[in-house]
Amino acid sequence: MFGEKALELIKELERSAEGIPPFNDDGIRQVLEEMRILCQANFDDIENPTTDPPNYSSVRVRHMAISRNKRCILAYLYNRLQKIRQMRWEFGSILPPEIKSLLSEPEVQWFTSYSKALATYMRSIGDNYGLNLATDVTPPKSLYIEVRCLVDYGKLDLEDGEVIFLKKNSQYLLPRAECEGLVRQGVLQHVTS
Amino acid sequence: MSLCHSYMPNYFSIDDILSSQERVSCKIEVKLPGLGYLDVSSESPDLQSGTKLDLPHWLAYPMNSRTHPFVSIEVPKIYKEAYREILTADACAVALNKWSCYFYEFGIHLAQYEHSDCNLIQDLLLQAFKSRFRLVMDWAHNTGTDPTVGLQLPILERKLFLTGRKSRCLLISWLKEGGGSIETSEMVANHKKRKRAELEDENT
Repeated sequence: MFGEKALELIKELERSAEGIPPFNDDGIRQVLEEMRILCQANFDDIENPTTDPPNYSSVRVRHMAISRNKRCILAYLYNRLQKIRQMRWEFGSILPPEIKSLLSEPEVQWFTSYSKALATYMRSIGDNYGLNLATDVTPPKSLYIEVRCLVDYGKLDLEDGEVIFLKKNSQYLLPRAECEGLVRQGVLQHVTS
Repeated sequence: MSLCHSYMPNYFSIDDILSSQERVSCKIEVKLPGLGYLDVSSESPDLQSGTKLDLPHWLAYPMNSRTHPFVSIEVPKIYKEAYREILTADACAVALNKWSCYFYEFGIHLAQYEHSDCNLIQDLLLQAFKSRFRLVMDWAHNTGTDPTVGLQLPILERKLFLTGRKSRCLLISWLKEGGGSIETSEMVANHKKRKRAELEDENT
């Protein structure tokens, strides 16, 4: 049946709804190959009709299969891009290496240029000071929050020049704006008692 | 034959692609040269008229177009009289996902065909959804519900259930803490869980 390989790609995406599956280079190539064969068969049928008058029904059927394959591939790429865009907001501008290895080369490039565009935009707003849109995702209640460190993170430079050393299982009272990103990345945990 | 029918909710929708993959049994009306390989049981190079085949909806629908139908279709039995009666009797007692995971979406696709059985499908879907909706809402709002119950619902209801459940959890945490605490991003949390599971696998 037509479109089996393309469907496989879509199913892969559906199965890993919360993450992203490794980029299936081979799958894409097979779908493109199927489309090429169908397209060639259509050209042959049109150029040398076997019956008189020519019967173009098969051409139409193949054309539908080509359209379907095209839709599946585009949906595969588009939905991956949506996820990669979401990652920029959740992981920050640097992706963990395990995730990066799941992306294809053009996708990594896209991520970098998206990051760049976002940074340029954030610098351009907020009356020349720039505005970091990734902070204060939920409205802040206080300027300082208590956080517990979950991993040995190392040095953290605060805005007032002070340097603190984040150690596993220790607690700190820090300016909210400066540790929000780390909490979102899972380095710190916001302690509410 | 028109190839442009609109896509719901959009061209890139994964659910729409998967639901249009559901099969419709078709009878070929026009000989299709060179496509014999679609029918695995025959060895002729052409697809003869009169052959019966299960084709996915995305292929069957344009082939069944009004002006030049290549195929005649038969409505799947889950949308027919006998099953309709089951649904009318008590839609809540049915495990709809066993009939089809895409019961509603596929039903909407089927309602587009020119076929005498297709006119009733829309009403059937609406009635079934109306009577089951209360049940799904109840499950989503009741904290005592087994969370795996969502897996026994067709996709449309499952999404409603999960959304309802999530918003319920958000409401509870807001009532308790007044909000404002920063959480680890969902994707990051999932990524960590997976990493931990892999580490444990390596250790054992």
